[in-house]
Amino acid sequence: MNKILTKNRDLTQKLGFSLLTLMTLLTVIPIIGTVIYIIVQGAPAISWEFITGFPREGMREGGILPAIIGTFYLTLGTAVFSVPLGIAAAIYLSEYASENRLTRLIRLAIINLAGIPSVVYGLFGLGLFVLFLNFGTSILSASMTLSIMTLPVIISTTEEALRAVPQSFRTVSISLGGTRWQTIRRTVLPQALPGIITGVILGLERAAGETAPILFTGAAFFLPRLPHSPFDATMALPYHLFVISTQVPEMPIQIQYGTALVLLVFVLGMNVIATIIRSRARAKRQW
Amino acid sequence: MNKIVIENLTLQYSDGTESLHDISLDIVANATTVLFGPAGGGKSSLLRCLNRLNDLADVESVSGRIILDGENILDPNIDVIALRRKVGMVFARPVVLPFSIRGNLTYGLELAGEKRKSRHDEAIERSLKLAALWDEVHDRLDEPAIALSGGQQQRLCLARSLAQEPEVILLDEPTSGLDPISTAKVENALEELKKLYTVILVPHSVQQAARTSDFAAFFLQGKLIEYAPGTEIFTNPQNQRTEDYVTGRFG
Repeated sequence: MNKILTKNRDLTQKLGFSLLTLMTLLTVIPIIGTVIYIIVQGAPAISWEFITGFPREGMREGGILPAIIGTFYLTLGTAVFSVPLGIAAAIYLSEYASENRLTRLIRLAIINLAGIPSVVYGLFGLGLFVLFLNFGTSILSASMTLSIMTLPVIISTTEEALRAVPQSFRTVSISLGGTRWQTIRRTVLPQALPGIITGVILGLERAAGETAPILFTGAAFFLPRLPHSPFDATMALPYHLFVISTQVPEMPIQIQYGTALVLLVFVLGMNVIATIIRSRARAKRQW
Repeated sequence: MNKIVIENLTLQYSDGTESLHDISLDIVANATTVLFGPAGGGKSSLLRCLNRLNDLADVESVSGRIILDGENILDPNIDVIALRRKVGMVFARPVVLPFSIRGNLTYGLELAGEKRKSRHDEAIERSLKLAALWDEVHDRLDEPAIALSGGQQQRLCLARSLAQEPEVILLDEPTSGLDPISTAKVENALEELKKLYTVILVPHSVQQAARTSDFAAFFLQGKLIEYAPGTEIFTNPQNQRTEDYVTGRFG
């Protein structure tokens, strides 16, 4: 009797594991499938001219240099605004602010900020930066819009990284005559830095791939030259992809997939860098 | 000579846990004063008042005075940073900072703005010798401090406090996690230290209290029950509860 019961349990167990494995595979397959499909379709388009040239013949030929450079500028601009602001806010929330109604409200706002659809950010950026502050459709406006969208990611990952540093380090530093700021700067921040950098990169990676927030604030349909100043509009990879996929008739399919591939490499590259930093820091960690 | 005079110290935490009731105690310079008693008696709370580390905790109210060298350190206007440099602390679990051995020892000096390498080297050698750790680590100061054994880490923590030349050293069960050999090394170091400093120790056992104390104060549930020279309190306690605890009838 007992033996039979055990057998049944083994069977249920095996069935359960198989089912879970299958589910896991099902989530991975579409991702790998997409990546492989884009590589296969896009690889033939990749050439030196495609990476370093300007679009020609109504974007049906030539390269995508202005879009690559534009996405680079936008990511850089987003970093300039969101990184100092986000890290400072996280330090305040984690190290200085006491738990009260105000900080709970701030945290709630940050969580909700992360849930707002990106097109709403775009509209907000149009209203505030483009029109009200009169920055025009520009790299500046688009970067600031992307910054607001990226802030919640940077703040929450930075806060998490700071909280992971043992409390005892702070107590010891203060007992040795350190001020709160000295303690943060000399002990807490250096230990939290890899986690912070990872969060920053993941946030920027999302910004680099977004279309909606830059749609009304800084992205240009086509520009025959590279932007000269932060007040210029710019082409950008995700928007360019949208344009050549929907707005240009008789667009060669390889150019579409080639552009998608370049965007994918750009974003995945950032992801890989973040992963390397994180695993290196884990190996070196002394606590 | 009294280094510290505690007058009617009463302390209450906001969550109602461990507190101190009307403690008055004179702590003698260049001697080891031991604060002992069962857990939750207020020994650590008292230690943390002496360098104002309680500022970090949720303290509901503090009253009374703690006079260190003629100055009331509970006064909100005193320079807390200067106080903490003057009153060093070693915790129960050794907490080495995630730096090299050298980095741990010079941390306090750097916080104070001391950049001269000669002063660093001098402080490193002096403090490591005082903490009886010099022979074991002097040739590997740049290795990560975390690589040291538990007993070495605790002596490094002691040396780290000593590096800033404090006048008072607070030790909160510094040997609770250590083996007997490491414990003996720490206790021997304390014997040397009291020639230079005022040592206040929360021991991890009555035996350690008896071994190390010049003066001993028995704490029970936030109250000071008895305070006397160590030779008296452990051989001829005046209070029944002290006797019961010292002889192992409770605790």
